[in-house]
Amino acid sequence: MTPEAKKDAPLGRVIVITSGKGGVGKTTSSAAISAGLAKQGFKTVVIDFDVGLRNLDMIMGCERRVVFDFINVIQGDAKLKQALIKDKRLDTLFILPTSQTRDKDALTKEGVEQILTELKAEFDYIICDSPAGIERGAQMAMYYADEAVVVTNPEVSSVRDSDRVLGLLSSQTRRAETDGAEPIKAQVLLTRYDQDRVDGGEMMTVEDVLEILAVPLLGVIPESKAILKASNVGTPVVLDEPSAASRAYEDAVARLTGTQVEMRIQGERRPGLFQRLFKRAS
Amino acid sequence: MNLFSFVRKPRPTQTAQTAKDRLQILLAHERSSGTAEADYLPMLQRDIIAAIRKYVPIGEKEVDVRMERGDQMSSLEINIELPGATPTRKPV
Repeated sequence: MTPEAKKDAPLGRVIVITSGKGGVGKTTSSAAISAGLAKQGFKTVVIDFDVGLRNLDMIMGCERRVVFDFINVIQGDAKLKQALIKDKRLDTLFILPTSQTRDKDALTKEGVEQILTELKAEFDYIICDSPAGIERGAQMAMYYADEAVVVTNPEVSSVRDSDRVLGLLSSQTRRAETDGAEPIKAQVLLTRYDQDRVDGGEMMTVEDVLEILAVPLLGVIPESKAILKASNVGTPVVLDEPSAASRAYEDAVARLTGTQVEMRIQGERRPGLFQRLFKRAS
Repeated sequence: MNLFSFVRKPRPTQTAQTAKDRLQILLAHERSSGTAEADYLPMLQRDIIAAIRKYVPIGEKEVDVRMERGDQMSSLEINIELPGATPTRKPV
C-alpha cells in the first residue's frame, strides 16, 4: 500500500521527536510516525540526531545499508542524496542515519540548517529523532523545528524531564528567538500507558500528566508487546501486523496531519480464560 | 491473620496521586526559579563562610546549607559548627 506521492509543493514541515529522558520511546515513535506519514502518501524523511549512539537505522531495519551519514554530509564528504536511504517498504520514506563514530560536536547549527533547507524543498515531513538529554545533539534536533512531539511516560522522572524540554522548546529554538515567529507547536505523546495500572491507582492518568505539562495531547500509546516484536525485526510498528500500539500511532499520525480523531485508549487485548486454557494445553 | 482476610483483596496503594502531587510541587519551583533551582546555595555557603571567618577560624566543611522545599513555604537551614574552646584552662 503506497499511495502516489503528492504532486504539489512539499510541505517542508520539521518535527522534532524529543523527551529529555532516555528510554521513553523517542526512536520507536520517530520510526512509527515517519512510517505512518509516508504510508499516507506524504514524502517523509527521518533523521537520527543521536551522534555516536546510532539506533534509528536498526529500528527502521536498514542498518546494513548505511554507507554515508548525516555528519558526512555536514562536513561535505558526501552529497545528501548519497546519504539518504530509501525505505524498501514505502517509496515515500527515507532515512538519514547518523554517524556511529564521530562525536556530537560535529553537529553545527549552520550544517544542520543547510541540510534541513535542502530537505524542505523536497519532503513534506522532516522528522528529527532527538537524542536523550538536553545537550548539543538534542539542542540541534529541536532548534529548527516547526513542531515538537514530546514523548512522555506516565512516571515522575519522565514528566519532570518533559517539562524541562518544553521550557527549552519555548526559549532555545529559532522560532523562540525570532521576533514575531509563531512558537513551536508542542504536543505530548504519552507512551507505555497501562490502563490496568491506571485503574488500580498505581499510574498517573492521561489527565494527570496533561494537567501538569499543560500542552495538548497528540496520542496515547498503550504498553504493548508489539513494540519489542517490531524492533526485533526492524519494522516500524505501524508497518507490522495490527496491534493496539500500531492503531494508537496511526491515530497520532492522523492528528499530526490535522485530521480530527477521537482519543481512544485501547489496551492490549487480554486473552480470555478459555483462550488461556487452550494455549496452555497446546 | 484475619479469618476472612483472603476474601478481601489487598487494596493497592494509590501511588499515582502521590506522584502527581510531588511533580506539581517540584515543577512549580523549577519553573518559577527559571533554570536550575536554588543555584545560589553554593554561593551563599561561600559568603557565609567568608563572613564567619572574619571572627572565627572555621573550615569549608563546617558550614552546612540545606533547603527544604514545601508547597506553601520553603525553609533554609544553615548549620555552622564552631570550633570547640581551645584547651587553655589549667588542669585542676
